Amino acid sequence: MAGKIKNIKWKYYINYIAIAIFTVVFSVMSFTGNLSSSNIYLLEKIAIAVMLSVSLSVVVGFLGELSLGHAGFMCVGAYLGGKASCILEPVLGNGVLTLIISLIAGGVIAALCGIIIGLPALRLKGDYLAIVTLAFGEIVRSLFMNSSDESFGGSLGLNTPRYDKNILYIIAFVLVLLCLAVLQNLIRSKHGRAITSIRDNEIAARATGINVTKYKLAVFTVSSFFAGIAGVLYSYSNFTVQSTKFSYNYSIEILVMVVLGGMGSINGSIIAATLITFLDVKLQTILTGNLAVLQDLFYALVLIILVIYNNAPGLKSFRETNNLKSIFNKIRKPKRDPSRRADDEAKWDRVPTKIEMNEILSVEIQPTSSTVEPDRKENKND
Amino acid sequence: MKFIETLLNGLSMGSTYAMIALGYTMVYGIAKMLNFAHGDIIMVGGYMIFLSMTAVGNPVLGLAAAVIFCVVLGITIEKIAYKPLRGASPLAVLITAIGVSYLLQSSAQMIFGSAPKMVIIADLGNLEFAGLKVPVYTLVTLGCSVVIMLALNLFVKYTKIGRAMIAVSEDKGAAQLMGINVNGIITVTFAIGSALAAFAGFFMLMKSPSLTNTLGAMPGIKAFTAAVIGGIGSIPGAMVGGILIGVVEAISLTVPAIAAYTDAIEFLILIVILLVRPTGILGKKRREKV
Repeated sequence: MAGKIKNIKWKYYINYIAIAIFTVVFSVMSFTGNLSSSNIYLLEKIAIAVMLSVSLSVVVGFLGELSLGHAGFMCVGAYLGGKASCILEPVLGNGVLTLIISLIAGGVIAALCGIIIGLPALRLKGDYLAIVTLAFGEIVRSLFMNSSDESFGGSLGLNTPRYDKNILYIIAFVLVLLCLAVLQNLIRSKHGRAITSIRDNEIAARATGINVTKYKLAVFTVSSFFAGIAGVLYSYSNFTVQSTKFSYNYSIEILVMVVLGGMGSINGSIIAATLITFLDVKLQTILTGNLAVLQDLFYALVLIILVIYNNAPGLKSFRETNNLKSIFNKIRKPKRDPSRRADDEAKWDRVPTKIEMNEILSVEIQPTSSTVEPDRKENKND
Repeated sequence: MKFIETLLNGLSMGSTYAMIALGYTMVYGIAKMLNFAHGDIIMVGGYMIFLSMTAVGNPVLGLAAAVIFCVVLGITIEKIAYKPLRGASPLAVLITAIGVSYLLQSSAQMIFGSAPKMVIIADLGNLEFAGLKVPVYTLVTLGCSVVIMLALNLFVKYTKIGRAMIAVSEDKGAAQLMGINVNGIITVTFAIGSALAAFAGFFMLMKSPSLTNTLGAMPGIKAFTAAVIGGIGSIPGAMVGGILIGVVEAISLTVPAIAAYTDAIEFLILIVILLVRPTGILGKKRREKV
């Protein structure tokens, strides 16, 4: 029993531990001077991507609603957090205090936007909701793009202070851990089960007394809060925040991470976000010009194939025989089960279960009697 | 006078949107899926027009080539990407459609590069009449789309296939029991939608000749917005929504104070309409059964 509990705990905390080890290793590397600044930038990007994909994963994978406006929430966070840090920098300096205040400002305002967009979400679902969230993202982007130069920089973008890059990625990973702690505990709680029940069958969930409205709104709020935080981090890791970055294509990129990681799997989202961001940055230098599109082409193909493989009703039996688990089991040496060996010893295969051919042939059919009689005879014999 | 010019311009833009919206709404009504890649079929049609224009030089032949290619492409996409997912969750289908959209965009960029191509279909000039100055292409667009939409309406109402389409959109299972080939009808729907997209691409290139791999992305989304505003699944709804979006866009573009916010205004209209009438202007309310 004790061992079982230990196992569960290990499974629950493995992602925290992995990220913490990651962060410690890289911070040691950077303090000893083994980490180039381009790799530091990559780490910041990875942290931002992980946060975005994990927060979207809660909406798409657990609540079961498609949001195509995640980049819009990030945009709100990036602009407002960036603006807050611009205002606070002359007063408080470019320190931790400014960072914290702007993180809170960006996150909270993005969360408010989440509530605003969550309200229509209560009346809509599925494709309608997807298009409303997409519309929201585009509206936000358009507002920032056409803002005056003094307020949010207009089409040139908002100039934001760059945080000390030797520390920012560590802060970013700490925030990722915080985000994971909040979202995972939410999903694993009673509330999380309510959320997944809404995904599986909304009407049934409503019938069992789950307050669908409350949960949908809560998920949208929490998810957009973390998207906003990711936006603030983005504004800190770049010198300018430009609205063109947050088009719906970016929302789709985040969605690709969630889908590739596996819907309803937070660890999958983390891995996919890390991998895609890593490949993006590393391939940028290798694939130039028209070859850069190869990567998009590849993602698109992988997305289509994965979704069809995972969801096609016609491929159900194929999926059951050819998945990661079965392949893994094939590679692993087949272990002999002691209980099964006992069955083998009983020689079950020697117990006759089949009717032999000559037995059937030996049934006597009397030509004079009716066809019912032989049956009766047999019954009496039995 | 200026207002009438703007209105005509808006009507012509709106009819282009309506053509695209028809593709969305018909596919949604019949296959119950949002074909996110529909906008990119416009772009593929545009490239086909570009290729045939450089080869032959005749815009009508170019349009014909584009229509044929788009129809084949639409059917192929439906067979390969969407058909295996029939009966799967709508989310999975939507994500696949997004993947197809990405695939089309990136393959176009791969083949044709990211630099915009200039496709000058025909310089039709302006028509001046009683103080009005109207570019001829707006009239051509408006005329052609009115004819096409009328034809489509007649097709859906009076032909066997059209009535089968209505039957499938009402109740797939019952239609199948009545002997309708549901898969065939879905294929026909995709074919019609793609052909309409090719026409829309032609009209868009007539308006502005610059062709890139994202030609169809934004108009596609706006047309989808139009379809949702009109009530998705409803053919007259798509036309109303398309015209509405086009006219709003044309008017908003002429007012300097809000010209930059045109996209935002259109999307805001969508959100407001959905809040008031979640099924759109002409959409039917469907009760969900357990």
